[in-house]
Amino acid sequence: MATAAEKPTADRGLLAPTDRKRPSVRWSIRILHGLLLAALAVAGLGPMLWLAKAAVTPTQDTLRHPMSLWPGGIDLANLTEAWTRVEIDKYFLNTIALAAGSWAVQLLVAATGGYALAVLRPRIGRYVSGAVLATLFVPSVVLLVPLYLTILDPPVVGTSMLNTFWAVWLPAGANAFNVLLMQRFFANLPREVFEAARVDGAGPYRLFWSIVLPMSRPVIGVVSVFAVIASWKDFLWPMLVLPDPALQPLSVRLPALQQFVELDVFLAALAISSLIPIGLFLVFQRLFLSSAGLGGAVKG
Amino acid sequence: MTTTDTRPDTGSRTGPRTAARPGRPGSALARARGGLPTLVFLAPMLIVFGVFSWLPIGRAVVMSFQRTNLVTDPVFVGFANFQQVFADPLLWTAVQNTGYFALLALVFGYPVPLVAAILMSEVRRLRGLFSALAYLPVVVPPVVAVLLWKLFYDAGEDGVFNTVLAWFGLGPVAWLQDSGAVMPSLVLEATWAAAGGTVIIYLAALVGVDPSLYEAAEIDGAGVWRKLWHITLPQLRGVLLITFILQIIGTAQVFLEPFLFTDGGPANRTLTLLLLIYRYAFTNSLGGDYGAAAALSLMLAVVLAAFSMLYFRLTRSWSS
Repeated sequence: MATAAEKPTADRGLLAPTDRKRPSVRWSIRILHGLLLAALAVAGLGPMLWLAKAAVTPTQDTLRHPMSLWPGGIDLANLTEAWTRVEIDKYFLNTIALAAGSWAVQLLVAATGGYALAVLRPRIGRYVSGAVLATLFVPSVVLLVPLYLTILDPPVVGTSMLNTFWAVWLPAGANAFNVLLMQRFFANLPREVFEAARVDGAGPYRLFWSIVLPMSRPVIGVVSVFAVIASWKDFLWPMLVLPDPALQPLSVRLPALQQFVELDVFLAALAISSLIPIGLFLVFQRLFLSSAGLGGAVKG
Repeated sequence: MTTTDTRPDTGSRTGPRTAARPGRPGSALARARGGLPTLVFLAPMLIVFGVFSWLPIGRAVVMSFQRTNLVTDPVFVGFANFQQVFADPLLWTAVQNTGYFALLALVFGYPVPLVAAILMSEVRRLRGLFSALAYLPVVVPPVVAVLLWKLFYDAGEDGVFNTVLAWFGLGPVAWLQDSGAVMPSLVLEATWAAAGGTVIIYLAALVGVDPSLYEAAEIDGAGVWRKLWHITLPQLRGVLLITFILQIIGTAQVFLEPFLFTDGGPANRTLTLLLLIYRYAFTNSLGGDYGAAAALSLMLAVVLAAFSMLYFRLTRSWSS
């Protein structure tokens, strides 16, 4: 992990410490870093600052002078109008409900499954974890059509899950990456603690709830943040299984809104939609940046 | 240890093989293997994966050999779906467009994060600020990013990007309407949205490079460029290959950008494979052609699964 690997570089990196002391090297580094910082600020922060400005600027100002630093007038009413009249509040709540449910299902499946595979270790465990792992190699495009048909006509349930949140929540749980993450973490917990708990009379449920889960806060945190962010980002799947606009999350509703909402209010809606993910990022920055490498694998 | 951060590993006290080690015979835990509690703990995973992953994957294979509509029972039709897909002139358009998108994404998106990460690895103060700025676009919801950039790409002289071009006496460019500019425009946004993640991966790998390698090279009289070429890049080769594979898998399944920016236009210039699958299945007014969609998905998936296998082998061998 990055935190462990960062230690040696406290000393040095590509450049020799003696080189760093030379004025010519020092100044060229400073200039390069200055340029890089400026580029990152323009590319990374620029669009979001533009959005923040445009969200409180009247439509005509944004259209005529898109790059002026100060808007001709401030129109804070955009935000309230987006929230109430365009019913962003409703879609916001839908987004939160979808994220919360996906999070709960993912955590339940990954924690219990990972515990069974890593700690209880049933005889069939090897085959189950093989089957879970195998799904990592199946690109998500394969699931699109058959999963949609499964939602239309699910086994046992009998009625279509179309236009219910379950259609988003339950498939989110089938995330092999989460199971793998939990399984690995649980397998690395000191087994002596489990044995001791056993001797003291703790059964498998007690062991899970009172010993394993409290010891697993880091991995639960990682899985939770990824679950919420992934759900917030999701577009195609909720669009397919939630055709009823009243149930749609922000990501699905925003493209449709563009057609019948005034530009300044629409931009305010975009700004509101970005608040939670950006806020989560600012709060859990270390978690994001130290495990960003995992993000690529989640997409699979 | 170059690849430590690209694979799921939150506790690195022991290797990943511990999970496969059988419980010690005679221990209290060994006696608890199997039985009702184990089944209770396995149940959520078995049910959710069974219904929403394993069964649909199997169904995908079966469906590609069937004619499926929602009214009558499916009929086996042999390879008819595959023949139909291959006979579709749009398939080759989609293959070309997807390949072009992937190629441009490599040209734009591959070198920039690497250069940025190498520069950032030499930052002593405020590295957190650099990383946070680079990563910020990754956390912006993709739909918001695309809709915002669609506005930036406005073809008029008052469009955001055209205003900036005008400062330098350039433009205006019809970003999304011009058949030559449209794909690079889509890739530019996609790169902006994804590059931060790659930067952080490279950065984690860079701090893992053993400083004694650099010291040894300096004793041999190597300068910055030679150290970069002979030590840094070879040390990163595992990570570079992994990000390459992940990017291919991701770009081959690109959907959001062409769907929201252009809906495949102008004149099918941005019709990608996933968009074609989507159209087969979900926008057919006569009812979805699920068989053709499943057949095309399956073919794409087989190609991509080969890349995934490679990825998995690499992460395994490099990290252990």
